[in-house]
Amino acid sequence: MIKVVLPANLQTLAGVGRTVELEVEGTPTQRSVLDALEAAYPPLRGTIRDMTTKRRRPLLRFFACEEDLSDESPDSPLPAQVAEGTEPFLIIGAIAGG
Amino acid sequence: MSRVRVLVGTRKGAFILTSDGSRKSWKVDGPQFAGWEIYHVKGSPVDQDRLYASQSSSWFGQVMQRSDDAGKSWQTVGNQFAYEGTPDTHQWYDGSPHPWEFKRIWHLEPSLSDPDTVFAGAEDAALFQTKDGGQTWSELPGLRTEPTGHTWAPGAGGLCLHTILIDKNDEKRMFAAVSAAGAFRSEDAGKTWKRINRGLRSNHIPDPDADAGHCVHRIAMHPARPNVLFMQKHWDVMRTDDGGDTWHEVSGNLPTDFGFVVDINSNEPDTVYVIPITSDSQHFVPDGKLRVYRTKSGGDEWEALTEGLPQKDCYVNVLRDAMAVDGLDPCGVYFGTSGGQVYASPDGGDTWAPIVRDLPAVLSVEVQTLP
Repeated sequence: MIKVVLPANLQTLAGVGRTVELEVEGTPTQRSVLDALEAAYPPLRGTIRDMTTKRRRPLLRFFACEEDLSDESPDSPLPAQVAEGTEPFLIIGAIAGG
Repeated sequence: MSRVRVLVGTRKGAFILTSDGSRKSWKVDGPQFAGWEIYHVKGSPVDQDRLYASQSSSWFGQVMQRSDDAGKSWQTVGNQFAYEGTPDTHQWYDGSPHPWEFKRIWHLEPSLSDPDTVFAGAEDAALFQTKDGGQTWSELPGLRTEPTGHTWAPGAGGLCLHTILIDKNDEKRMFAAVSAAGAFRSEDAGKTWKRINRGLRSNHIPDPDADAGHCVHRIAMHPARPNVLFMQKHWDVMRTDDGGDTWHEVSGNLPTDFGFVVDINSNEPDTVYVIPITSDSQHFVPDGKLRVYRTKSGGDEWEALTEGLPQKDCYVNVLRDAMAVDGLDPCGVYFGTSGGQVYASPDGGDTWAPIVRDLPAVLSVEVQTLP
């Protein structure tokens, strides 16, 4: 199971806690994890990636294993610890005000 | 006995304020969508339990919400707003071309006859419509693609379509306003639009009386007199008696004619309310006094309404969608401030009292008159 940590506003929008667990087939990538997240929680569609271009929203970052993966290719494999479920994939809202 | 339900959008959530027809004692529910900007909440006139809310965030984009039970519960609906075709460019602040980019929905205007049909005004300025209760939205591109669209430039708040009015006598007749482009009229339910800016003068554009480029802040229409419109422009309070074909200034004795809101008494079409704001560089009320100004003669002669409003050390702003009137007699008038106060007058503006004092900054106020 892939663990995804959501920022507070997306937790309330999706009606979930801080961490959600997702089944992802094959080698997990940013794209496959976010596809699975949006399929499991439809209110999140368009809130993390632009609805049309699928590009990451500019005030969000993707972290895992103490690395910033925001600018990695969406089709690059995520770290093995994320794939194994021992480390979470973190979606972080930039610190840009209250 | 009649009741009223006031729908308040704020920087950090939505609130629903309810009272009986006396409008003296209030119940406050909220925050709903806590932490999100709620630009607008509005109910369908044909099903008053059907509410729509525009929920947005600079981080997370646009979310749309719908309630079928007067705001007790909500469901997310469609949030894909795609411009028709390949969007061209509009002017950026410095005059350079800038591609059209969807940012948020400022204003929701439900149909007068179908609870599933809603018009939505977007930033960057465009008109969208749903016919399935918000599940899907499509652009009515005739407004954005009208011949001057490439010259429109954003105001400080963005290039926003913030006002949508529907003529109750002819639902195909609509008015819209864009900052900073001007006012527009449609005779075919939003498919095609005509510029209606003759008589407006604005010093922030090279040709002050050009037929596009004006920063219109708000337009109000009384349903019994749909050819008479009142406008609060960036500067100037304006009036038209011919459906927008020509405008003339009715600022008269206002202490300043800068402001955002304008609305009309539901029982008296010549009684109009504005809230003067000091200037475009000082977005707060003049002299530390929160004063609503009322004309009973359709403009030019204005009186300050102060009873119950703070008259010293007050420096709030009132944004363009943050005033509303109910349908009772006497007419109730409501407005919300950047300081988080929502004020109500149950007697057409003669006296005021705060419903709540300490909400997040208020972005919008609507009111429903219930049986």
